[in-house]
Amino acid sequence: MASDRSGPWRRAAEALVIPIAALAAAMVVFGLFMAALGQNPLEIYALIYKGAFASAFSWQNTLSRAAPLVLTALCVALPAQAGLMVIGGEGAVVLGGLIAAIVGHLLSGAAPTGVKVAMVLAGMAIGGIWIALAGALRQYRGVNETISSLLLTYVAVALFNHFVEGPLRDPSSLNKPSTTYIGDVNMIGSLPGLDIHWGLAFGIGFCVAMHVLVRYTTYGFALRIVGGNPRAARLAGLPVTRLVLTVCGLGGAAAGLAGAVEVAAVHGSANASLIAGYGYAGIVVAFIARQNPLAIVPVAVLVGGLSASGGMLQRRLDLPDATVLVLQGIAFMLILGSEALYGRLKLFRARVA
Amino acid sequence: MKERAGQLDRRELLLGFAGAGALGALAAVGRALAADKLVVGVIYVGPRDDYGYNQAQAQAAAAVKKMPGITVVEQEKVPETTDVQKTMGSMIEQDGATLLFPTSFGYFDPHILRMAEKYPKVRFAHCGGLWTNGKHPKNVGSYFGYIDECQYLNGVVAGHTTKTKKLGFIAAKPIPQVLRNINAFSMGARTVDPKITTQLIITGDWSLPVKEAEAANSLIDQGVDVVTCHVDSPKVVVETAERRGIFVCGYHADQSALAPKGYLTGAEWSWTTPYTTHVKDAMAGNPMNNFMRGGLKEGFVKAGAYGRAVGDQARKNADTIKAQMVKGDFVIFKGPLKDNAGNTVIAAGSAHKQTDVVLEQMNYLVEGVIGKV
Repeated sequence: MASDRSGPWRRAAEALVIPIAALAAAMVVFGLFMAALGQNPLEIYALIYKGAFASAFSWQNTLSRAAPLVLTALCVALPAQAGLMVIGGEGAVVLGGLIAAIVGHLLSGAAPTGVKVAMVLAGMAIGGIWIALAGALRQYRGVNETISSLLLTYVAVALFNHFVEGPLRDPSSLNKPSTTYIGDVNMIGSLPGLDIHWGLAFGIGFCVAMHVLVRYTTYGFALRIVGGNPRAARLAGLPVTRLVLTVCGLGGAAAGLAGAVEVAAVHGSANASLIAGYGYAGIVVAFIARQNPLAIVPVAVLVGGLSASGGMLQRRLDLPDATVLVLQGIAFMLILGSEALYGRLKLFRARVA
Repeated sequence: MKERAGQLDRRELLLGFAGAGALGALAAVGRALAADKLVVGVIYVGPRDDYGYNQAQAQAAAAVKKMPGITVVEQEKVPETTDVQKTMGSMIEQDGATLLFPTSFGYFDPHILRMAEKYPKVRFAHCGGLWTNGKHPKNVGSYFGYIDECQYLNGVVAGHTTKTKKLGFIAAKPIPQVLRNINAFSMGARTVDPKITTQLIITGDWSLPVKEAEAANSLIDQGVDVVTCHVDSPKVVVETAERRGIFVCGYHADQSALAPKGYLTGAEWSWTTPYTTHVKDAMAGNPMNNFMRGGLKEGFVKAGAYGRAVGDQARKNADTIKAQMVKGDFVIFKGPLKDNAGNTVIAAGSAHKQTDVVLEQMNYLVEGVIGKV
């Protein structure tokens, strides 16, 4: 196999063609499903395209929906490198948002750039600590991190509600309890010339940096060894606990950043609108991306696009919101199912001399 | 496996051809929308058949749909994030909507305000009482109803029906709007018998079906025999009450179909009134009516039809009060009024009419309500 120099290219082509073919198959199945309901599949395809990708507006719609998912997917994909299945990104999102709102309010009056940086860093820090907590529970107490991270989310949401509706509530937020507004000057705003907030740039930057970290550094190499076999890693003298805690911290930082950006770029305060399920949506994105930090970006764009075009289907054809969930379900099942095809297709098989 | 994979590729190819043809169909859709005089967009935070908050709005949207020259585009389950901004943008940019009803309370700040600034020619009508003159743009308007009037009537009917003298109220959040309903319900019931108590359970959020069912069951276990609620969808509460054989008053929309035996009456929105006003103004090019409020008198709310369990005395009593409310000379919140800790909250001799903004800062539970804010 080592003699076949086209190996890496074949693998890359395989990783592209299989999911795209699965997606195309999903569109066909969905088309048949809609035809069975008396809708014209061609019209449906046209609307999906128009809603998600046909114009500058629809691209911005898609990308702004994708932005938070890029970051929350990292919260799943990074710990997965070390073999951990963390699904509690939602907790890091809400706490990241809460701390950003607190920092933004406490520092209001200071130099806006400093406030913005502080909000973002604080959000990342609390998110990192929160997910590292799940990692620590596993390393020190043997608690399954999937369950503990999920349960920690409930704790995080309860804490969030307690502070937003209690001690930190802005008394003038009568019917929608919120923390105090951080002020116009402290808002992060949109990417220049676009109606997409900075979260997208942060997310893509984070993904690229994490790709480099995982692929091209000794830290990343060690991480993958832990993911492959923690006992072997320990025998080889790797600091397994430190690796697990830091990678959980990095993942949590990504989700915490997502929350901080929601407050600093969208809401301007912490309130219940922040609990929007971004953390959970990120789980699906990470799995479709096969836990690859770089693949998260296109997958998040796909999910964002489906959500954008779901609105179009609702409005034009009077279909319920569930329609796009059906499409998402079919697409994700087929993409995940298509993983069974890796290494089985002749076209992509390495030629053995 | 291999064979099937080959088939996928052929299908993919076919799909490519199909996509090209479909682009033609697109243009046709666009034209169909542009032919109408006014495109109205309605956005819901939950499903529009939720037997509750969203359904009440969807009923008004359905009424608007019947008006000549109007196209209504609807989108449901839109969260209070940038998603709603993009949904409003899509309705404007892609559907040509010039009047929007983004109905969830949480859509207002910052989402509607931001889009209103970006699209000054589009009208944004928001459900809730948030529009403030001088602070908010003129292409934004608020509409809301004094539904506590109907909650008071619910209370009167419940007070006549209860045998255990224990009523139950399941509420989402202890915010002024909700407290006002709880208090009105309890006060209505206590006009029948001052011994009646209202046990309050707060679930913590607008749509928590499991907790709402648990709350209903726990209230019933404590001996409550009439229950009502203020959550986004009363469906679960109404169904639980019916299954356990107690009585229930509805909220938001008509839920009588869910509880044919135990449904007494309900506090329902009648949003068709503000919707048609906004639509007519938009069509005629009149300036936007920025602040619309009303109760039974103005037709913003309505009391549901009485169920078969409602006795004659209850009907007579409730109808009398309703008639006074429709005339506009019934005041619910007037002194002397004590909260449930014994403090006087409205002094004897003073009365707060529905329009009084003091009522919008309500932060107490009246005497007879068992619970804490």
